[in-house]
Amino acid sequence: MVELRAAVALLGRFPALSGVDLSVDAGETVLVRGPNGAGKTTLLRLCAGLVRPESGSATVLGHDLGDGADRRAVRRRVALLGHGAALYDDLTVGENLRFWARAAGLSSGSGPDGVDQRVAGALDRLAVPERLVDQRAAVLSQGQRRRVALAALVVRRPDLWLMDEPHAGLDQAGRDVVDGLVAEAVAAGGTVVVSSHELERVAALSPRVVTLAGGRVVDGRAGGGAT
Amino acid sequence: MGPFLRDAWLVAERDLRIEARSRVVLHQVVPFSVLVLVLFGFALDADHRTLRTFAPGLFWVAVLLSALLAVQRSAALDRADGTDTALRMSGLSPVALFLGRATAVFVQVVALQVVLVGGLLVLYDVAVEDPLLLVVAGLVAGVAVAAAGTLYGALASGLGVRETLLPILLLPVLAPVLIGATRAFDDALGAAAVDGWSWTGLLAVAALVLTVVGASAHGALVED
Repeated sequence: MVELRAAVALLGRFPALSGVDLSVDAGETVLVRGPNGAGKTTLLRLCAGLVRPESGSATVLGHDLGDGADRRAVRRRVALLGHGAALYDDLTVGENLRFWARAAGLSSGSGPDGVDQRVAGALDRLAVPERLVDQRAAVLSQGQRRRVALAALVVRRPDLWLMDEPHAGLDQAGRDVVDGLVAEAVAAGGTVVVSSHELERVAALSPRVVTLAGGRVVDGRAGGGAT
Repeated sequence: MGPFLRDAWLVAERDLRIEARSRVVLHQVVPFSVLVLVLFGFALDADHRTLRTFAPGLFWVAVLLSALLAVQRSAALDRADGTDTALRMSGLSPVALFLGRATAVFVQVVALQVVLVGGLLVLYDVAVEDPLLLVVAGLVAGVAVAAAGTLYGALASGLGVRETLLPILLLPVLAPVLIGATRAFDDALGAAAVDGWSWTGLLAVAALVLTVVGASAHGALVED
């Protein structure tokens, strides 16, 4: 699913990842941890096909990330939860979700795989109150924005989930929803890579922890794929 | 509608819907453009003959200055809250993204022109001698402004430079459009004896080149 070998990635001219080896199998959940600046976010962006490996090899979902066309192909099958919610403040929650669903290529019909059904299902799964659907995104709280951002990713039904601090800004109920989402994704055969400082919470979801420091993997417990 | 046009329309519809909600162009850019026309009037001592002579040039300077604001607004939409990353992850074609953004800017620039033509009629007392030439030249120049604006808006965003640098990047590129559109309007408004249709032809070539270059280069700008 994810295969990195001596992967180097730059952030500007700065090497944010300096020779990372990492292997993640299908259906696996991996927690990536490390201090600020360790390279966690860059690792997720590399796996998402947003960053080109400067050297070494990086293969995700069978695509070589050194190739531009393959990086674009990977992005269509990957969900990346970053620090922003990717919501347009002047659009309603429903309009935002329908925009991102249609941008991902979903048909605008109302069938079981149509945008409307998928959006309704995602909102229900993330427990977003119905009264918010017609509200502008500008009025949402940080936690509500996070839930809607997750709903936009659920709509896409990705093969690989990459989550950067998924519990940030969420209340207890929201955190439980995220944990349930991760468990469901894995149960459905998906793969999840989570970057988090909340070790106890995420450790319950993942038996495998990879520790980054200074752009290198310094520890890769209980899985052996990382060195 | 094919997937490519569907994606372009998706983006254009999003931008126009956001504008309809926020009314930034209506409440800020349009008043600014009218104010520019009024200030030109003050600067030229409100002499109607002088104003009529210079009206085409003043009109297009006002359009370009106002269009800068619309372009900055369009580029800013996809910088906030991680939307730029989400767009890259979405699988939307960069060419469709360019055409969608440019279409929305084009609609706004044309709306600006309609208001400013009204301003010319009321404030400068001009007469339209060739309405068809006026409309065609305005639309063609609008395409050129929208294409160049969308391209340079993405360039300024990609470089991470301050918005204040956008005019320095964009206005020199639009200088030929300003000249061609002014000459075409000279003819349409009877301000000078020139062949406005020839200038409109040149504008069409500029619009085509800017659209093709913009669509081709946009992918590299949003990717890296």
